[in-house]
Amino acid sequence: MVLLFLSPWLIGFFVFTLYPVLASLYYSFTHYDLLSTPRWIGTANYTFMFTKDPFFWTAVRNTAWIILWGVPLRIIVAVATASLLVRPRRGVTVYRTLFFLPTLAPAVAAALAFVFLFNPAIGPINQILSGLGMKNTPLWFQSPTWSKPAILIIGLWGIGDAMVIFLAGLLDVPRQLYEAADIEGASRFQRWRHVTLPMISPVIFFTLVIGVIEGFQTFTEAYVANLTASNGDVNGLGAPLQSLLFFTTRLYQVGWLKYQMGYASALAWLLLVITLICTLIILKTSSRWVFYQGGEVK
Amino acid sequence: MSVQPTRTQSLAAVGPSLKGRDAPSPVRRHRRAETVRSHAILIFVSILFIAPLVFVILTSLMTDQQANTKELWPHPFVWSNYTSVFSAIPFWRYVFNTLMVAFLSTAGVVLSSIPVAYALSRMQWRGRQVVFVLVLATLMLPYQVTALPLYIVFVKVFHWVPSLKPLIVPSFFGDAFSIFLLRQFFRSIPDELADAARVDGANHWQIMTRVIVPLAKPAIAAVALFNFLYAWNDFFAPLLYVGEDNRSWTLAIGLSEFKALHHVQWNLTMAASLEFMIPVVILFFIAQRVFIEGITVTGVKG
Repeated sequence: MVLLFLSPWLIGFFVFTLYPVLASLYYSFTHYDLLSTPRWIGTANYTFMFTKDPFFWTAVRNTAWIILWGVPLRIIVAVATASLLVRPRRGVTVYRTLFFLPTLAPAVAAALAFVFLFNPAIGPINQILSGLGMKNTPLWFQSPTWSKPAILIIGLWGIGDAMVIFLAGLLDVPRQLYEAADIEGASRFQRWRHVTLPMISPVIFFTLVIGVIEGFQTFTEAYVANLTASNGDVNGLGAPLQSLLFFTTRLYQVGWLKYQMGYASALAWLLLVITLICTLIILKTSSRWVFYQGGEVK
Repeated sequence: MSVQPTRTQSLAAVGPSLKGRDAPSPVRRHRRAETVRSHAILIFVSILFIAPLVFVILTSLMTDQQANTKELWPHPFVWSNYTSVFSAIPFWRYVFNTLMVAFLSTAGVVLSSIPVAYALSRMQWRGRQVVFVLVLATLMLPYQVTALPLYIVFVKVFHWVPSLKPLIVPSFFGDAFSIFLLRQFFRSIPDELADAARVDGANHWQIMTRVIVPLAKPAIAAVALFNFLYAWNDFFAPLLYVGEDNRSWTLAIGLSEFKALHHVQWNLTMAASLEFMIPVVILFFIAQRVFIEGITVTGVKG
């Protein structure tokens, strides 16, 4: 009976999860171009990755940059916007809707919109910046220094999901704790530091894990920006000067543009291992800083 | 989302005595200043979020020439841009393809995830915890890791590339995130109702379809909504499977190639982007509660 109920997931797990994970481990030790049969080459793919592939380390650096800046920034902005919305005041539902609206934009649409908005020649963003007196306005997607910040800004524009989760977390903080803090004569900052922060730490933990996993998968915005700039030429992926070459971009290049399935599988497996390590590190350290209300276990 | 009685509300409750004639006016003035200040901040942040959309809308209404200039206000307003999109690309075909993927994969996820979530929450059996941990583990698994071997299978064994089948068929075999969300909700349903049905001689299948599913409608709606939106917006998976020829393209793919492939101006590109977003916005306003509560459940109870 149980098996009957589980059967969709069981089949799915073996066919669409376990098999591909093991198969890509096998392929990662082979040379495979999709036409001929895979040929065993030992660890050659991995040595090539770490010692010879000129773009591998670039992709690792770019992905690390986007995670190290993007994840904390997302959490800070989400907490900040949610804090603005937590007090019930007139019009607060309107503000909530306005803050959330951009999150509804599909990634491709948001990317296209910002490629235009960031356009150094005609885009409104630089017009506003120079109107405010900025001298050397950034070249955004045309500059290797500013292309990644541009990707970050697109992400922050769609902060709504994280914001809503933090908002719920903030609303769940028991009133009595704030009242107790007031009686103790706590300052605003102390109240935030010793009441709010511990109480929302489970949400920070959740957002951190999701953020890191998603950070490794950064792809769509950069792909759309590159393709629009290069008039559809896939050789333009990663431009300008490989500054938007992320891990997943490299994986896509190797696997689906060059059909080097063996090497692409090695990249995919490295991604799996790195994701696992990062998640485990966050999990291990979480007991030190994540505070769960009185035995509230899922 | 449980809303606690808040500070301002409790202040309002003792309001009359404060608001009375004797209330010292500096306090009142101070409070009004604070209200003005916080609304100013809220309006400023709202502008930051909404301004990009406004510029996109304005540009979508410009002429070809004007869209290529620094001007911000359309002159004249070219409303026909919104219909021109439909002739510039096979927009309706993309809409049809996208809707087909979104509806079928959503149906697949809902139908296949409900029994699994039921088995994980309302049936007692050995190994249940192990299976649940495995479900959570697949939740963490990056799509990129399984994508490659699956692509090879879909190409070589099933000959499904290019087509939409690789985007639809796997969803009929359960989705970890949906299973997790439904399981959390099923667990919160009191045992008494199921027990009553069991006393009446109902088996697990009947309890699931007649007791649990009707009670879990909000959670099922949230799962359906998220999957629909995911399929509507998804870019990476379609990019791998729909191929060079635009017969199987979804809106996300068609739009990503729109400016590059058709050498169109920004006005049409912006109009097309907005048309891609509008159904999502409509869906959001219809199902706002489902939406917000769904996101909240995933984050807070996770």
